[in-house]
Amino acid sequence: MSLLKSILGTAVNTDAAEHLGKPTRRVDGPAKVTGAAKYAAEFNVPNLAYGVIVSSGVARGTITSINAAEIEAIPGVLKVLTHENAPKTAWLDRSHRDQISSKGGSPFRPLYQAELQYSAQPVALVVGETFEIARFAASLVRVEYDEKPHETDLHANQAAAHPPTDNSGGYTPAPKPRGDAESAFEKAAFRVEAEYSQPSEFHNPMESYASTCVYGEDGKLTIYQKTQGVQNCQAYVCSVFGLSKKDVQVISPYVGGGFGSGLRPTYELYLAVMAATALKHSVRVSMTRQQMFSFSHRPEAVQQIKLAANGDGLLDSVTHHAFEETSRKEEFLETVVNWSGLLYTCPNVSLVHQLVNLDVASPESMRAPGAATGIFAFESAIDELAYQAKTDPLEFRRKNYAEKDQNLDKPFSSKELRACYDQASERFGWQGRPLEPRSLRKGSDLIGWGVSTGCWEAMQQKAEVKAVLTADGKLTVSSATSDIGTGTYTVMTMIAAEFSGVAMENVSFELGDSSLVYSPVEGGSWTVASVGSAVKSVCEELRAKLFKLAGKMDGRPLGGAELADVTFVNGEVRVTKDPVKSVTYAEVLEAAGLDKLELDTTEQPQLIKRATHGCYSHSAVFAEVSVDEDLGTIHVTRVVSAIAGGRILNPMAARSQILGAIVWGISMAMAEEGLMDHGLGRCMNHSYAEYHVPVNADIHDIEVIFVPEHDEIVNALGAKGMGEIGIVGVASAVANAVWHATGKRVRSLPITLDKLL
Amino acid sequence: MINFAYTRATGIADAIKEKVEANGGGQFLAGGTNLVDLLKENVARPARLIDINRLPLAAVEPMSGGGLRLGALVTNADTAYHPEVQRRYPMLSRAILAGASAQLRNMATNGGNLLQRTRCYYFYDVATPCNKRQPGSGCPAIRGQNRVCGVLGTSAQCIATHPSDMCVALAALEAVVRVSGPQGERSIPIAEFHTLPSNTPHIENTLSPDELITSIDLPESPYAAHSVYTKVRDRASYAFALVSVAAGLELDGDTIKSTRLALGGVAHKPWRLPAAEALLTGKPATKESFLPVAEALFAGAQGYEHNAFKIELGKRAVVRALTLAAKGTAAIHDVNGQTADA
Amino acid sequence: MNLATANASPPATQFVTLTINGQQRHLEVAPWTTLLDLLREYLDLTGTKKGCDHGQCGACTVLLDSKRVNSCLVLAVAKDGSQVTTIEGLAAPGSELHPMQQAFVDCDAFQCGYCTPGQICSAVGMIREGHAETADDIRELMSGNLCRCGAYPNIVAAIEKAMDATRARLSV
Ligand SMILES: Cc1cc2nc3c(=O)[nH]c(=O)nc-3n(C[C@H](O)[C@H](O)[C@H](O)COP(=O)(O)OP(=O)(O)OC[C@H]3O[C@@H](n4cnc5c(N)ncnc54)[C@H](O)[C@@H]3O)c2cc1C
Ligand code: SF4
Ligand code: FES
Ligand code: FES
Repeated sequence: MSLLKSILGTAVNTDAAEHLGKPTRRVDGPAKVTGAAKYAAEFNVPNLAYGVIVSSGVARGTITSINAAEIEAIPGVLKVLTHENAPKTAWLDRSHRDQISSKGGSPFRPLYQAELQYSAQPVALVVGETFEIARFAASLVRVEYDEKPHETDLHANQAAAHPPTDNSGGYTPAPKPRGDAESAFEKAAFRVEAEYSQPSEFHNPMESYASTCVYGEDGKLTIYQKTQGVQNCQAYVCSVFGLSKKDVQVISPYVGGGFGSGLRPTYELYLAVMAATALKHSVRVSMTRQQMFSFSHRPEAVQQIKLAANGDGLLDSVTHHAFEETSRKEEFLETVVNWSGLLYTCPNVSLVHQLVNLDVASPESMRAPGAATGIFAFESAIDELAYQAKTDPLEFRRKNYAEKDQNLDKPFSSKELRACYDQASERFGWQGRPLEPRSLRKGSDLIGWGVSTGCWEAMQQKAEVKAVLTADGKLTVSSATSDIGTGTYTVMTMIAAEFSGVAMENVSFELGDSSLVYSPVEGGSWTVASVGSAVKSVCEELRAKLFKLAGKMDGRPLGGAELADVTFVNGEVRVTKDPVKSVTYAEVLEAAGLDKLELDTTEQPQLIKRATHGCYSHSAVFAEVSVDEDLGTIHVTRVVSAIAGGRILNPMAARSQILGAIVWGISMAMAEEGLMDHGLGRCMNHSYAEYHVPVNADIHDIEVIFVPEHDEIVNALGAKGMGEIGIVGVASAVANAVWHATGKRVRSLPITLDKLL
Repeated sequence: MINFAYTRATGIADAIKEKVEANGGGQFLAGGTNLVDLLKENVARPARLIDINRLPLAAVEPMSGGGLRLGALVTNADTAYHPEVQRRYPMLSRAILAGASAQLRNMATNGGNLLQRTRCYYFYDVATPCNKRQPGSGCPAIRGQNRVCGVLGTSAQCIATHPSDMCVALAALEAVVRVSGPQGERSIPIAEFHTLPSNTPHIENTLSPDELITSIDLPESPYAAHSVYTKVRDRASYAFALVSVAAGLELDGDTIKSTRLALGGVAHKPWRLPAAEALLTGKPATKESFLPVAEALFAGAQGYEHNAFKIELGKRAVVRALTLAAKGTAAIHDVNGQTADA
Repeated sequence: MNLATANASPPATQFVTLTINGQQRHLEVAPWTTLLDLLREYLDLTGTKKGCDHGQCGACTVLLDSKRVNSCLVLAVAKDGSQVTTIEGLAAPGSELHPMQQAFVDCDAFQCGYCTPGQICSAVGMIREGHAETADDIRELMSGNLCRCGAYPNIVAAIEKAMDATRARLSV
């Protein structure tokens, strides 16, 4: 297949591609390694005031007093905002909802009322002339409360669980039961019944949330904001504060990590805008690391699983019942149990997902929301069942391979999971793994090998892209998406170069500005599929247009060639078989008397093609652990992960995405845990010192294999996205390896050493 | 962080004078790695910081009579990598390198390390009660999140630990803390330096209010050939000890002549029990000999909901440390303080 | 401290001289201003990052008198006379990247880039210290720099790649 075919809208063969599929260094690399890349709190404008947030010390109750007047008397303090003096914002809940929030909830409104909703929520903003003055004054704020009893314990409140009543984008309700899971379970030869739990986890991107809200002379706001969605923030600010879009611009060129925490507008944005508009002054508000534990998080979950297999080791019954926490005012919904009806062939399946309302902040999507949680439990249980059936756990998975999406009763758009199993197990050296636990040793350490399957949905959203080709032959492509470390700048530049025929160095991609054309928030691993497909379309249109203009040129430089006879490369249209016949894009523009060519395309998801298929990426994860038998210390010494994620556009960044996600999976397995003091209703290890994420010394050999998939159904690029799939299945592979090493099945994450003593 | 005055002391006497003048509101600033952290948390609220970094206390010197003097202002990194410390007190070098991060060790000083405060979550969070931070307010850790808390020598008022790694080795080496104050100089044996929480958890050591630590003196040690620091923690590096053990053996062939053992992560001070060490005298260096010592060290230990495992873990760590020490310092493969079996 | 005294005491700023990226600067700073905030908020040297402000992440790592330190725990006032090198000063202005910077780009040793300046300064400081020989040494001695994006394997690769060139620079 040649590039030509792509003009006609078909997927492109990677081999023929000039850029796609080639490892490409990040175009924003030099800016990041020199410190030139500016993040939200780094736009320094003259006369900037600083807001420091005061957080509540109790979970429920009413604020009875705040010594705001005393604090305002401190020299250099410009304002203390509290619920008592905060300017009114929009009245209706609807006006506080954003693209991502649940449809029927009441989003948290900072400084709205004396009533508290959770511990560590913001209760005041101290604005000072300098950061230090504000911080000093904030340290003197005294808040008195009339405390009320709170509930923060999921386990203790499980009886209050209820089915979701709300809905939100990205959530797929549990499918209806199929067959009769209960009676199949009763009859089966091999059975597993177990409960798994996972604590709340906090995203903790390296950069804390920050908002630099610049107040213009005309009252216009330019907001440098840490977010995964500039337009979502813009719309939110406009709707909450009754402002017009033309008066609010949200800018976010670089984002120091998101992982889902920045899908929704964060509360420091609200506070910064409130302070800036109240004071008519530019204000910066940053969260402290401690405050990074005071909003979105992966919800705590308890999962009850019953699995059964018949005498041939075929899965016959799946029951998966998940309980997850949410706040009192919003239902946070993620797809937890559906995977259990999807991963393997099984006739009898019953899946239930329920929520428990607690006095906590609303949870929010965290890397592979739902799948990371649900698949950890399910894939652990599968491992337990395989052992019951005395079958090698990889063999068990192969045997029960799902050839179609049984939840939807549809074929898969593509699924190279079998090849993932083959290639990763080969690379790992799985063959000959003893079935029995405690069989492998290295010196005095126990060694264990575990495997897991991973899965994530391949989504696509509507997105718009604009392309401007200027007379100097340079192409600027733009859309209001973001690059949260995912490599968006780079991959979009590659796609644009590929499909426009403009050389990489002459292409630039702009993002992170609400004034650009529409893009959905960056999340769900859908950015390449959504924005990337639109980039492809707009560039294809650009070429068609250039070709048409070239045909009208005097002297007919292409000698009357048809579209099918020409190639677009290096800023030129060439007759493929007679390359001396060519014309540069600059010449085309000049001949047409244009100083630029501007195109704008909106790409819709391929709904019709997708509707008849289940669209997912898959992975096979193999992990090796080494356990110090006496002390319980665990090292994940090796991970091999094979990914079937459609077409890989930039193997370099894709590999980094998967490596990082595997580190996340190890972190989920071994380290992350918000330690709640239920007496105080407060997360207590709210720091990077005590909320552990892996350090460099925790990470050893990790290998990533990409198994190619050709998929014309998911989207025009055939790419499925890389952000989430890498984490899914890692925690279960590690847990399964720990069991294989020690014979101990740890069903509550994280697997800390005390659980192995 | 509250506002405070800053002065730079020019000499030892000057520093002490400034401290006296501050009338209880002064605090010495050394590396700042603990103090500045606590200032930002609003836990430390001094009126004045007296910067002691320019005092002439930054040398490692041999002592007449054979020991080694570590100046209070020598950084943890310079101490750990000092050839004499590595040769004569490998346990100390390894303990230091097992703590914090390379950056922090470049800043942290020996004096400051002795006086670092507990990492109990509640102590650090001014929104919660804590007897140590605010005497009489209560101790939520006892019934709350106490993974980082102690199991030995705790009290009904406080169950916090002293988080230092370095101090555990100092305890095993029977270091002497030299201090200078308004009343002159004195020496405090390390065993008497830190205190147990009892009814006064806000008091953590026997330093008088205006005294300045000038040095840590290490006596001659016969343990260099059989020294180990074993640290068990929740991640491979950059985490405080759940349990740590500094162990030194003096061997005569296969027979133990004398033993030094100190535990970290389990108490309000580095935990030593000379009577337990004495159990090994004259015994062969085997696991059978070590087990009763481990039992003796943890006799009377009391665990809490989230840290009871430290009792069993601690015993095993003691046996591991002694086993490694018996093999010899040189046999221990050592990745910058990470102790692993060779 | 109570509010009355807080109000009464004016900010007692002091003058310090710091050489930052080779440039001598006379600065008036309050005692409570950290080196990190001084760089970011007063000198617009925002390449040095604030990840935690408590010594727990390494994002703020700079070279202070050639040693890597967490600038969030350094009070600027205490460092009168010191030399500071930040990420902006690693390579001479306008010249090509420092070998460590180039290796980070070549090895894709970052994603979001927020820990990156700290990682790079830390790596250069580590090589100067001279205790890192093996990959395991690097992993241990770089553990004071968290990377939430999980770029560790590539960070180790980049450091190994730039080790010799960085050493060569130090010795001149
Ligand atoms: C994230 C993090 C992780 C850490 N991990 C570890 C770890 O794993 N293991 C470990 O052992 N430590 C660890 N530490 C603690 C670190 O070792 C201490 O903070 C450090 O040793 C304190 O030394 P400093 O010079 O910085 O003290 P400072 O912060 O300057 O001072 C601490 C206290 O000592 C007083 N003081 C200092 N010097 C003197 C003196 N000469 N005379 C009288 N008083 C004095 C000060 O007034 C202050 O009260 C960690 C710290 C951090 C921030
Ligand atoms: S254990 Fe000690 S430090 Fe911790 S809360 Fe109780 S009194 Fe405070
Ligand atoms: S910001 Fe200084 S260590 Fe995190
Ligand atoms: S690159 Fe994002 S934290 Fe390291």
